[in-house]
Amino acid sequence: MSDAMADVPATILEDDAAAPGRDAAAERDAAGVGRDALQIGGLTLGSRLLLGTGGFPSLELMAHAIEASGTELVTVALRRVGSGPQNSGAGSLVATLAAAGVALLPNTAGCHTARDAVLTARLAREAFETDLIKLEVIGDEDTLLPDAPELLRAAEELVDDGFVVLPYTTDDPVLARRLVDVGCAAVMPLGSPIGSGMGIRNPYNIALVREAVEVPVVLDAGIGTASDAALAMELGCDAVLAASAIARAADPVAMARAMRAAVAAGRLARGAGRIPRRLYARASTPNEGLPELT
Amino acid sequence: MIVLNGERTDVHAGATVAAALARVGVKPDARGVAVAVDGEVVPRSTWEAFALAEGSHVEVLTAMQGG
Repeated sequence: MSDAMADVPATILEDDAAAPGRDAAAERDAAGVGRDALQIGGLTLGSRLLLGTGGFPSLELMAHAIEASGTELVTVALRRVGSGPQNSGAGSLVATLAAAGVALLPNTAGCHTARDAVLTARLAREAFETDLIKLEVIGDEDTLLPDAPELLRAAEELVDDGFVVLPYTTDDPVLARRLVDVGCAAVMPLGSPIGSGMGIRNPYNIALVREAVEVPVVLDAGIGTASDAALAMELGCDAVLAASAIARAADPVAMARAMRAAVAAGRLARGAGRIPRRLYARASTPNEGLPELT
Repeated sequence: MIVLNGERTDVHAGATVAAALARVGVKPDARGVAVAVDGEVVPRSTWEAFALAEGSHVEVLTAMQGG
């Protein structure tokens, strides 16, 4: 591994670094578990970076990136046995992730109807012995944007069936609230289309989603580089899911470290309370005592 | 005839899910595997007993890298 992070102050790399002036949510978290942990469903996560396992050139590189990212929760998909190079047996994805000690968040990627997504979720629960599900119901092949009515229908059915549902959704605060109304444990709004690396195209909507719901908000999709992840946290998101941005970076391990630092920095900045934006300058040096030199 | 992961096989009606799994190289104690028959989940605990009907569509799924 490279030493690209050597110049970054150690406090930024600590997920549980103490910070003065934290916001109320951070304070509650800290009071509850003694560190700035994230609670989703029954899970307590020390890291606010979730990792997608798709797109890595090799399982070995994926394992190194997981370690560098500090993540405790990673997504996995469900596909036919034998359809991937390493999807069963020794040295398989399941074995690699078990060795990494991370919890699994199965997804319903590729599902286009509530019916398919619900069945996929039930199969994932059977395969991975978890009630967690990242619910994706795709409505369009080119943009991979969610199909809102199908998503809501699937979410309701899965909540009724005892799942801890984390829906991949648009950045629509109204839909986010509807998803929480039917019992979703978190919402995962997109910053921009999956794998696009376009960052957060509508930060105002992400901020509105944050205000609209009480459950954790996990920025999902669209992250291109570290500053996008930091912005998500500054906007008040509770966590960030990065997949392609890390897996398809030229150096996935270095990008995993960058994302880890960015999520921690954005969280600290959110708690610190940024200065308001102003059109005109506001001097930081006082005019009192200014000499007359001419 | 049973359709196994989208392909017609010579696994016959009356065979168990466990037998179908053996056909695709999955042992009964394999981790991270789930089975659906005709759109319904078949729990691991019933793999040995569940008898497949003629024309059943069996899906045998496992973990794949994905976001």
